[in-house]
Amino acid sequence: MIKAAVTLRYPGAADDALQLDLNLPGQGVSAIFGPSGAGKSSLLRCLAGLQACRADIRINGVIWQDATSCMPTHRRQLAYVFQENSLLSHLSVQGNLDFAMKRAAAPVSQARYAELLDILRVGELLPRPAALLSGGERQRVALARALVVQPKLLLLDEPLAALDGTHKRDILELLDTLRDLIEAPLIYVTHALDELTRLADHLVLLEQGHVVAQGPLRTVLARTDLAHRLGDQAGVVIEAQVSARDPRWRLMQVRWDNGQLWLRDSGEALGSAVRVRILARDVSLTLSEHVDTSIVNRLPVQISEINSSAEDAMAVIRLSSGQADILARTTARSLDHLGLEAGMSVWAQVKSAALVR
Amino acid sequence: MNISSADLTALLLTLRLAATVTALLLLVGLPLAWWLARTRSRWQAPVAALVALPLVLPPTVLGFYLLLALGPQGPLGQLTDALGLGSLAFSFSGLVIGSMLYSLPFVVQPLQAAMASLGDRPLEIAATLGAGPLDRFFSVVLPLIRPGLITAAVLGFAHTLGEFGVVLMIGGNIEGETRVVSVQIYDHVEALAYAEAHGLSAVMLGLSFSMLLALYLLQPRGVRVRA
Repeated sequence: MIKAAVTLRYPGAADDALQLDLNLPGQGVSAIFGPSGAGKSSLLRCLAGLQACRADIRINGVIWQDATSCMPTHRRQLAYVFQENSLLSHLSVQGNLDFAMKRAAAPVSQARYAELLDILRVGELLPRPAALLSGGERQRVALARALVVQPKLLLLDEPLAALDGTHKRDILELLDTLRDLIEAPLIYVTHALDELTRLADHLVLLEQGHVVAQGPLRTVLARTDLAHRLGDQAGVVIEAQVSARDPRWRLMQVRWDNGQLWLRDSGEALGSAVRVRILARDVSLTLSEHVDTSIVNRLPVQISEINSSAEDAMAVIRLSSGQADILARTTARSLDHLGLEAGMSVWAQVKSAALVR
Repeated sequence: MNISSADLTALLLTLRLAATVTALLLLVGLPLAWWLARTRSRWQAPVAALVALPLVLPPTVLGFYLLLALGPQGPLGQLTDALGLGSLAFSFSGLVIGSMLYSLPFVVQPLQAAMASLGDRPLEIAATLGAGPLDRFFSVVLPLIRPGLITAAVLGFAHTLGEFGVVLMIGGNIEGETRVVSVQIYDHVEALAYAEAHGLSAVMLGLSFSMLLALYLLQPRGVRVRA
């Protein structure tokens, strides 16, 4: 378990920059998501001990900070990847890796070292001066350096933010590949929902220094009361399995308990676990099954919750499709017009769904 | 050009003085510059002003106060006397102390500027990699401020070579002990021995120019900012 109660107030400020209580699982990827200025990076700096704050921080049973003691950063056995420039510019790539390995409490084995360098394609960069690498290369080396020391906690502060589209996808792909090799809990700060829907298992929503919501990714994304904060990005993720393919139309079917969807075939093997993201704005509701529509995915669902307010033209509805939750966004007028209520069985038309993993 | 054996003695003494002073100043200057570059203490400004004082103060003023302090009646003089070292005035050690004060800003200021331009990031990176404060200073700060370090050493050395006023006040004119080149040249001119004065002056001019030339040739143009 990671438990961190953090209060941060900058000198001269009237309000706390951070005032929160984090409870994260002791392994897997936890994403910290929020608009810029929410305090995401400050939180990471507090966890690392780079920013002085009042805090109580326990990482899998080890006290990093409490009311009476504060372990300095260099003893915390963590790894930190900054938005850019995480490397020591006076050293080569090899020098950077050696610097970290030499000071690590329990660096990786030779075999794992070689494997990590291979996955991250760092081998050919080793003799290069760190100062002369491109942005994408720098982040690959920073990730390699973070992983070879086997930290107790891995902190990534928007590692993709300074990269262009191609490199962003490349690093995202690598992070996904590395997930199974990383034993330490990983905290990933981002303001991009597409990154976290792919990587995260756990989600913390941060706003103005406060935790708005935290919990398993699927649960938090299925909350109707948070949907308006995410706007057009609101929507759920569903863990599913590839269950069939239709070669003629180049489609594949993914299935979960009592639910299924057809997606464009992206080549995953039958039976492989996938994660599907459905945006609330792409789901509409009908009282009966419409067969005379171009929409392929029509799911029988039950309304479990309706969230609407008098001030808002749009309502958010949570639907259950077997074990999975789906969010739908409709106008309040349609809600009234169709007489929708919690408990009703209706049909959800899913206009598009994306395979995120 | 005439270089007599007395001239040579003065030249070697001057080089020995400059080398000693530069080495000691780097030792003192590194922590002092680090403190000046990083501290948020309200003492930062007064200390910075004190360090810069020799830049504007007439060397004779500095020398005068040093003479009082180091002399048998002065606080430092009484201390050294009590320690059995005798008075430091009119001795090589006294010259070293005086020159260190005189050249202090030439060593501290380039170091401080280089350290301030480092920013926090390299130190934070090193800390997250498990490097403690002292480790960070030697493995990250020193290599990163190397251009500033070289500038500080060359300026400190060159500036000590050219010192005159302070030496005259506290060192006097003892051959092999305190008679440095600048004093020797002064003596030559006083004695109207212009040829001898020319010889030594030319050596000093050449020496100082080549050192500064080397400095500017070896150092990168402008402030090196690396990613």
